[in-house]
Amino acid sequence: MERDTNFILGIYDDEDVLKDAVTKVRESGVKIHEVFTPYPVHGLEDVLGYKRSKLPIAAFLFGMLGTCLALTMQVLMMSVDWPMIIGGKDHAPLPDFIPVTFELTVLLASFGMVGVFMVSSNLKPWAQPRIFDLRSTDDKHVMAIDIAHNANIEETKIKELLQTSGASEVNNKSFE
Amino acid sequence: MAHVTNFNLDQKFDFTAALKKTIMMVGGIGAILLVIGIFTSMGGDSHGGHEAAGHQTEHVAAADDHGDAHAAEAGHETGGHDEFHWSKRFFANLWINNVYFAGIAIIGVFFFAIQYAAQAGWATAILRVMISFGNWLPFAAIMMIVTYFIAGHDLFHWTHHDLFVKDSGHYDSIIDGKGGFFYWPLAKGSFPIFWVARLVIFFGLWIFFFNKLKNLSLQEDINGGDSYWYNIRKWSAIFLVIFAVSSSISAWDWIMSIDTHWFSTLFGWYVFASWFVAGLSSICLVTIMLKERGYLEMFNENHLHDLAKFIFGFSIFWTYLWFSQFLLIYYANIPEESVYFLERLNSDKYGAFIFVNIILNFVLPFLVLMTRDSKRHTIFLKVVCTLIIIGHWVDFFLMVQPGTLGHNGGVGFMEVGMFLLYGSVVIMVVLTGLSKKNLIAKNHPMLEETYHHHI
Repeated sequence: MERDTNFILGIYDDEDVLKDAVTKVRESGVKIHEVFTPYPVHGLEDVLGYKRSKLPIAAFLFGMLGTCLALTMQVLMMSVDWPMIIGGKDHAPLPDFIPVTFELTVLLASFGMVGVFMVSSNLKPWAQPRIFDLRSTDDKHVMAIDIAHNANIEETKIKELLQTSGASEVNNKSFE
Repeated sequence: MAHVTNFNLDQKFDFTAALKKTIMMVGGIGAILLVIGIFTSMGGDSHGGHEAAGHQTEHVAAADDHGDAHAAEAGHETGGHDEFHWSKRFFANLWINNVYFAGIAIIGVFFFAIQYAAQAGWATAILRVMISFGNWLPFAAIMMIVTYFIAGHDLFHWTHHDLFVKDSGHYDSIIDGKGGFFYWPLAKGSFPIFWVARLVIFFGLWIFFFNKLKNLSLQEDINGGDSYWYNIRKWSAIFLVIFAVSSSISAWDWIMSIDTHWFSTLFGWYVFASWFVAGLSSICLVTIMLKERGYLEMFNENHLHDLAKFIFGFSIFWTYLWFSQFLLIYYANIPEESVYFLERLNSDKYGAFIFVNIILNFVLPFLVLMTRDSKRHTIFLKVVCTLIIIGHWVDFFLMVQPGTLGHNGGVGFMEVGMFLLYGSVVIMVVLTGLSKKNLIAKNHPMLEETYHHHI
């Protein structure tokens, strides 16, 4: 996948100004690539219009997989392959299977969730993260706008929009 | 973002006549069902005698399996209680509801104290709802003490004097060994002063801390400042330590001692968990009721989400304890331990309720409350909380009735009627207490945090 390389960055000092700016920019039809903040800003996902993550569904499905796997494994081992009587119980004593089933459910749900998160967030170990502005790890909020995605709007107009929405700086950023 | 001035902080809950009438109607239906239940079990005396005979033979058969200790107990039970009287079932029901609603009441105070000890700000809007549950405590104390003195003999096997007399024929060495826990420092088989003292002291402490916390919180309304918050936190921490010990011991005293031979080391936690889930569900229902009447504007779906997470989490916690208790007993299969579950699972009266218990208290909240949406919408919570409250009543029913009534128990008119009647009286007392003072702790230093709570 070829990634876009040319961006306009709006740098904001204050989270409330940022949130208002996001709303304003989106209303004027400009698509925002991403917003980087030094700390979690409550309500930012809402104004950006992000949908809720589907990660819980993945966790549930992986959990169910763990449950089924654990029960199948134990029944096959203890009741089919080599039936054993322990403590005078049946060949398939369900209560005895619950702790292992619980553990495997939790294990697969959590591992599956981490795996899905890594894949969906493109967090492979060799991935090269793109840093738009180093100050977004310190005290600035950075709004990145992809120029290629907003080809129908002039670049100067976008910059002007960012200026008027309260950005302390407006920069260009290009990646190789 | 909302700000302080947007909310009416001086609101008071208006306990309207219409609401009172609805609650009284539920109580009335309960009373009618209770009377029907009493009449049907009065009429069924001969039938009851027949059942007792069946009970006797089964017990003898069971005794063959489980050795001498149980044979002695079975022999005593059938010897001492051939005649079954309806009042016994009445008092067993009363005891179930006494313990259940006393627990819900103290959980309100407990959850209030938890908010302070944990320095939590999210629930500030409903602190008064939590603490108002404690209004039932004085009544609960009276009900329990009176019920014990009227019907202690019917409820508790260990109150029988001849168990402690070596040549009485009913001598029970196991109960004799545990006798000190009830009778110390008096002679075993006389007046259980230690047991009664614990009952009185625990309720005394609980009522003292309820009043202390409530009054400090009310004074904060008048004077303001954050010194009250620090003071309440200090008293909350002391209360939590005392509650940790007293809740466990009261569970042994009031419930586990019914099955005197049997014991379980996590019983205190198990009863506490049952109380806690039922209490949280009650807090949630009262809050939803207030919200639908236009109170507590600042309490939105974010707060509801947190409250529902507590219900969801502690339902699983309860299941964990229930199952931990069951699994070890099932796995080890030691007769004196497994008799507790055999008495329930093998009975045509109680067997099905074991599964009702698990479905209502685990499967249902687990599956329904798992999604985010169901935790944020009152319609799901109304259904789930109601079912959880019924479910945990079934839990207490299963703890109390098999040990006190044996084959003569079950869920009938009397059980449903008593639950409705008792429950509506509790709701009356709690809501009356709630309507007497400000609904919101208006000078609480964390109110601002509540407004901005967002998850």
